[in-house]
Amino acid sequence: MKLIVPVESKSLDIPVCPSFGRTPLYMSFDTETGNHEFLDNSAATSQGGAGIKAAQMLVDHGAKAVITYRCGDNAAQVLNAAKIEMYKAQDGSVSGNIEKFKSGKLSLLSEIHPGFHNHGGAKE
Amino acid sequence: MRIAVLSGKGGTGKTLVSVNLACAAEKAVYVDCDVEEPNGHLFLKPEITEKQSVTVTVPEMDMSKCTGCRKCVDFCKYNALALLKDKLMIFYEVCHSCGGCILFCPAKALSKKQREIGTIEAGLSDSVTVLTGCLNTGEVSGVPIIKGLMEKLPEQDTIVIDCPPGSACIVMESIREADYCVLVAEPTLFGSHNLAMVYDLVKLFNKPFGVVLNKCLPGDNPSEKFCKENKIAILAEIPYDEKLGTLNSKGLVAVRVSEQYREMFCKLLSKVAKEVL
Repeated sequence: MKLIVPVESKSLDIPVCPSFGRTPLYMSFDTETGNHEFLDNSAATSQGGAGIKAAQMLVDHGAKAVITYRCGDNAAQVLNAAKIEMYKAQDGSVSGNIEKFKSGKLSLLSEIHPGFHNHGGAKE
Repeated sequence: MRIAVLSGKGGTGKTLVSVNLACAAEKAVYVDCDVEEPNGHLFLKPEITEKQSVTVTVPEMDMSKCTGCRKCVDFCKYNALALLKDKLMIFYEVCHSCGGCILFCPAKALSKKQREIGTIEAGLSDSVTVLTGCLNTGEVSGVPIIKGLMEKLPEQDTIVIDCPPGSACIVMESIREADYCVLVAEPTLFGSHNLAMVYDLVKLFNKPFGVVLNKCLPGDNPSEKFCKENKIAILAEIPYDEKLGTLNSKGLVAVRVSEQYREMFCKLLSKVAKEVL
């Protein structure tokens, strides 16, 4: 299955990006092969609806799970409808989060925030 | 004559000035464009004669016709649409009603639907016709309601437009039809900063304008200073008056119960009328 983690740059040794919809890149990890690739997030610079567009991209990519610190309401609606599971990211590296995911140590993301919608969520 | 009353922030006295200007005229229309929290009706207490719904056009999907081409999703600049395997998700609060998705759908799976975002109430308070725009809770933009209000304005009569606070899109829409803008300002540094914001706006729109200084006390008035520095006409100075505050707190219209204020607002109205001519 394809596991997605928002990241600021092309590395697995960095923390998970705090923004879901406006992260510059997504790391897509294939749990069967252990391979990974980076996807440009074309939604990052959207005027509005970034979360929706980003979620759409991940749906199209065939993602099955996402590790993120948080997720806005609109994006979560799309991910939920596509049955993509959201896991709460933990501090530490992207690869550390993947290991925790594999050993079942990440919990599902329980809090969905109402979204920032152009009110300063991008670079917090 | 269409007079818009605006200010850079809430609570400066837009409604006080608007309501009293309308009541000072022989026959007037008072238009409450502060659709997020219209309060002119609290003073004018109009008898409501008409209530209409304000809607925006949004897309509606017939999935049985959808071919999954995604033209609608790709077209939408606002990212209001998401296409999953078996359904199109439409985020109405993100949609800007441009209609592009409907035009572009080759399968005609998308059609127009009306969605209510608020209401317009019309009523009468003595000789003042009261039009109140009200945005439904949770809605993002009141601009369509302002547009609806503007369509209802008569050609003649004195029309007083009570604007929303600030200088954003919704205020621009409210002053678009105005012949004259009255800027209400408080006697504080913060007040003068907010005055500067609306001053920039009315200049940008090339509207004739003047300032009403509200809550005036003895001593320095930064808003007055701003007017003098920029050679802006001061139309009236309303004192920081306990009597006026008490009238307001009781929901009374000063012009209707106080000779002093009737005189003041009649004077203001005739001043503005002269400026418009």
